[in-house]
Amino acid sequence: MEKFTKLITTAIPLSIENIDTDQIIPARFLKATSKEGFGKNLFRDWRFDQNNNPKEDFILNNSNYKGQILIAGTNFGCGSSREHAAWAIADYGFKVVISSFFADIFKGNALNNGILPIQISENFLQILLKTTLSNPNSLILIDLKEQTVLLEETGQFEKFEINSYKKHCLLNGFDDIDYLVSIKDKIEVFENKRLVK
Amino acid sequence: MSKTLFDKVWDAHVVTSIKNGPQVLYIDKHLIHEVTSPQAFTELKTRNLPLFRPKQIIATADHNTPTKNQHLPVKDLLSRNQLAQLTSNCKENNIELYGLGHPNNGIVHVIAPELGITQPGMTLVCGDSHTSTHGAFGSIAFGIGTSQVAQVFASQCVLAEKPKSMRISIHGKLKKNVFPKDVILYIISKLGTNSGTGYFVEYAGDVFQNMSMEGRMTVCNMSIEMGARGGLIAPDSITYNYIKGRKFAPSGKDLEKKMTYWESLKTEEDATFDTEYSFNAKDISPMITFGTNPGMGIKISETIPKSKDKSFKNSLQYMDFKEGQSLLNTPINYVFIGSCTNSRIEDFRVAANFIKGKQKANNVTAWLVPGSQMVVKQLKEEGLDVVFEKAGFELRQPGCSACLAMNDDKIPSGAYCVSTSNRNFEGRQGPGSKTLLASPLTAASVAVAGKIVDISKFS
Repeated sequence: MEKFTKLITTAIPLSIENIDTDQIIPARFLKATSKEGFGKNLFRDWRFDQNNNPKEDFILNNSNYKGQILIAGTNFGCGSSREHAAWAIADYGFKVVISSFFADIFKGNALNNGILPIQISENFLQILLKTTLSNPNSLILIDLKEQTVLLEETGQFEKFEINSYKKHCLLNGFDDIDYLVSIKDKIEVFENKRLVK
Repeated sequence: MSKTLFDKVWDAHVVTSIKNGPQVLYIDKHLIHEVTSPQAFTELKTRNLPLFRPKQIIATADHNTPTKNQHLPVKDLLSRNQLAQLTSNCKENNIELYGLGHPNNGIVHVIAPELGITQPGMTLVCGDSHTSTHGAFGSIAFGIGTSQVAQVFASQCVLAEKPKSMRISIHGKLKKNVFPKDVILYIISKLGTNSGTGYFVEYAGDVFQNMSMEGRMTVCNMSIEMGARGGLIAPDSITYNYIKGRKFAPSGKDLEKKMTYWESLKTEEDATFDTEYSFNAKDISPMITFGTNPGMGIKISETIPKSKDKSFKNSLQYMDFKEGQSLLNTPINYVFIGSCTNSRIEDFRVAANFIKGKQKANNVTAWLVPGSQMVVKQLKEEGLDVVFEKAGFELRQPGCSACLAMNDDKIPSGAYCVSTSNRNFEGRQGPGSKTLLASPLTAASVAVAGKIVDISKFS
């Protein structure tokens, strides 16, 4: 997994609440057997009409808005456990998703793919949405080590939570599978103990 | 400290804990299917890692399978490829696969319980959020992403932080024509779709104690729709009687030993929960959803509430409904009875009991998709297929079908579908489709009337 330390970039504000993983990547695109190429269908039915023409009023189709951060309304990633949602977000080029609340499974899937889900207060979320919408060139600075999100334009910032294990993994590019395989002996001991019981 | 049912099962499965981090949780059973497993097998291959415990994995083909002509090669090339990969991956790794046409094939959350694989006190995972279904047996069951599927392949464990605990108690007797689906839609409508995030829910009280295993599975299945990773119900004689005699259920001495453990799986009286809710059974009526998340539900006889919320308004616009509107008499052209929420034998008995002697309305296309080959066999033995056929319903072959519309079972754009499935998200049943979630009885009544009717008024 790629290391994550700091990020300075513009952001795309998507002011919609309860974005479920069916919207992020509809089920009909889950037939692929690799992790690549899901970005082109990210938010497919919001981005394109039924004749596959881009919908002009959807923000991802507005060339003024670019960047490696997606800012979205509360309860992001609810619904289906499909990791394809995280793959689609990564494949599109996002490194960070900012929201005031994340669904559990999505949060885990994002972290397992080197995407940092950052949960901030509803108040700061509204500031970020508003600022980036009115000024698409607004820069946002993410510092994982310090656990901060900073809006460059105004200097406003907020600290975010992440458990120290996951932080360590992201900073160093480690993933869970490396760790689990390293403790196989312990797992076997556990299995044997249960057999005796 | 006194323990909850959840604590007892969780703590018994912790291999080790990482300081200031997650715990390593041992997984007893791992269920896999064609859609969320291929990338996990690739991950293992890429890292040159062996599959650790193949005997603890059961595979089925369900998400992306046709519900017609399953004996013929699958027409869709991508689907066929995905199914072929599942077959070869299982073969290479010695995993038991119940593929298309196998007598044990069906929706993953229908077959594992009916084969006796799901048992109390287990930990069970699957790359599917509705894995919460299996909590009905007093097990800890939750959905995982594909990276975690690979982790379980490699180590039979997942890394997880222990969730917070919630108890939802419902006391009293359910009114006539109120089904487990109505109970869970009622709970989610009261608590909201993110109320359970970070929690595991225990359902308690006489409503759940008096519920069949099929009903308990319907309730636990939709725990994820309020954001909870899973939900569980303490095992009791209803649970044991369901399990006994099933294909992979323990028997003899083994069963006796297991029963001792199972009977210990109760929340202790003075155990505490992080959050508690309580409802009265008499307040619950047949429910239906009007919006684009499962929390947007009302009593069938109620009118759509008003809200200033922007997402709420967008949702109504998508559904083409208005604030203050009654759904009664809304014409409906599609009815779907199926999915891991409501495709078990009991669901089809309820539907057949209502449909018997009636006719499906001409404006309705009604798909009945059983959850498994065993359900198909059973409903044929009971003659329900004849009831459905006479009434003009189409009985299909098992699979996830129109719940997520990965296969050809799609609701056309703009059409309403009264569905017994679990999600009414925008386009969930096909691009532009409009889903209204309800119980199998409500769905059957809509199919016969051709429009939404108040089932609570039927005798």
